[in-house]
Amino acid sequence: MNILAHPADPADPVETVSPTAVPSAAATRIKAVELQQASVVFGTGDRAVTALSPTKLTLEQGDFVALVGPSGCGKSTILRLVTSLITPSSGAVLVGGRDAAIRHLRMGMAFQNPTMLPWLTIEQNVMMPLKIVKPFKNTFRQDRKGAFRDRVHTLLGQVGLKDFAGHFPWQLSGGMLQRANLCRALVHDPDLLLLDEPFGALDQFTREELWQILQDLYLDRKPTVLLVTHDLREAGFLAKRICVMSARPGRIISDEVVPLPQPRAIETIYSPEFVEMTQTLRALIAQVRT
Amino acid sequence: MNEKQRIRMWSFSLIAGFFLMWELLCIVLGVSDLVLPRPSEILVTLWTKFPILWPHILQTLYSTLIGFSLGVCIGVSLGVLVGTSKVAYSVAYPLLVGFSSIPKVAVVPIFVLWFGSGTTPAILTAMVICVFPIVVNIATGLAKTEPDLEDVLKTLGASKSEILWNVGLPRTMPYFFASLKVAITLSFVGAVLSETVASNRGIGNVMMTASSNFQVSLVFAGLIILAVLGVVLYALFSWLERRVTGWATRDTEIAIT
Ligand SMILES: Nc1ncnc2c1ncn2[C@@H]1O[C@H](COP(=O)(O)OP(=O)(O)O)[C@@H](O)[C@H]1O
Ligand SMILES: [Mg+2]
Repeated sequence: MNILAHPADPADPVETVSPTAVPSAAATRIKAVELQQASVVFGTGDRAVTALSPTKLTLEQGDFVALVGPSGCGKSTILRLVTSLITPSSGAVLVGGRDAAIRHLRMGMAFQNPTMLPWLTIEQNVMMPLKIVKPFKNTFRQDRKGAFRDRVHTLLGQVGLKDFAGHFPWQLSGGMLQRANLCRALVHDPDLLLLDEPFGALDQFTREELWQILQDLYLDRKPTVLLVTHDLREAGFLAKRICVMSARPGRIISDEVVPLPQPRAIETIYSPEFVEMTQTLRALIAQVRT
Repeated sequence: MNEKQRIRMWSFSLIAGFFLMWELLCIVLGVSDLVLPRPSEILVTLWTKFPILWPHILQTLYSTLIGFSLGVCIGVSLGVLVGTSKVAYSVAYPLLVGFSSIPKVAVVPIFVLWFGSGTTPAILTAMVICVFPIVVNIATGLAKTEPDLEDVLKTLGASKSEILWNVGLPRTMPYFFASLKVAITLSFVGAVLSETVASNRGIGNVMMTASSNFQVSLVFAGLIILAVLGVVLYALFSWLERRVTGWATRDTEIAIT
């Protein structure tokens, strides 16, 4: 039995309407993220590298999409497009129905490597978005020592870093930095959360623990989430939809709904259906790697 | 800690040994004190002449610090201007390197020509001589800021100036403070140099006058004062550097001079 709800045709890869939404309503609702045949080419002439083939991808508001694929296929490139760190070479990228460059949705991003500012403590690092993003920045001076501090400490407590708030990044292990990284992405209650392999450097137990924390945070606040990962179980446990990309220059070759209700218990990942689902995905990726 | 203390003790012994050797050689070889006075004679001169020397010390410090402060202001502004734009950095860098390799001593006669002798050329010399290391270090620090760190703020929708304040400038602090250490020493050299050429005040002038009057031990007393002041200024700024940029002390010799 194929547990994936919509076996997609690889030739016509992206069916973007969330199946839970009524089609007519979905058409009028503003999409959180829309890549409209967006492609990215680095360099020019002989040196040109196509990092992303024209790609179509839509995220509804409150969607949780996992993006999986072989390394170098353009997953990080998609996140950089959505955050407008790069502009598409062709096509368009819309966030909240408007050009991504406007950045009018509140975004939180956790990069692949935890880019903590080395001269700030963990607390100050995690607090940084509150200093930059409206409306928090307006009251930053007053709330820095009060409400904002409590907010940061609560988050740090949730990921088990309560005692490390005053430490500097170099005093923390890679795994701890990744947790702080996640806190920084979430602290300003973003509408759109972009996560680039955020749990890559963690051991299995910590990882499963953080999956559950992330799931709780997601169900609690319902931001739109785009998660890049190479861990199929992670994708299956957390996401509502899983998009598979082909090898570079990447494009989305499969876009499937995970037919398990949320919240999911961690034991789910050892159930036969779940294992079968990840096996199917694994086979698909193994096929497109070459 | 133990290792550190032992090294300190050794460098102290080395300095003491140097002066002891000097004293002994002068006595054994019978060197005339018109050529090379003994350290003990220099100390005596320093002690007896100190009330006369004190205003000159203040004068030299004054020129140095005023010139240095002006130089830091100009250097930081120029450095930020050049460092925040990739194009400006690549365009201006050769010119900066060219300017900084001119022997700054050569500007003293020009300042004397324009402003006459006195405190002004000393201040200006102290200023120009310290500007370039600061510009180069600030610009390099800003240009070398890891793009990853800037990206964190960009995704949050930070403005250019917010990125400069929160990432660029803090990231540049180690470069800045390392260059201050170098700059204060250069300013000091510049001020003294200008005083020897064109002033009637300051330690530089005292040494020049003493030399033409064959007051050899006074010349050496001036030298000792300069050495002590130079070390104190350098130590002050190294201390400041360590206080402010402790997070980056793992890469110590960071300044480009
Ligand atoms: N700035 C750049 N210049 C040239 N090529 C790049 C640049 N950034 C990424 N690439 C290339 O684009 C491809 C996709 O990169 P990326 O999106 O980082 O892959 P991944 O799926 O592993 O996150 C890679 O092959 C990479 O070599
Ligand atoms: Mg990547």
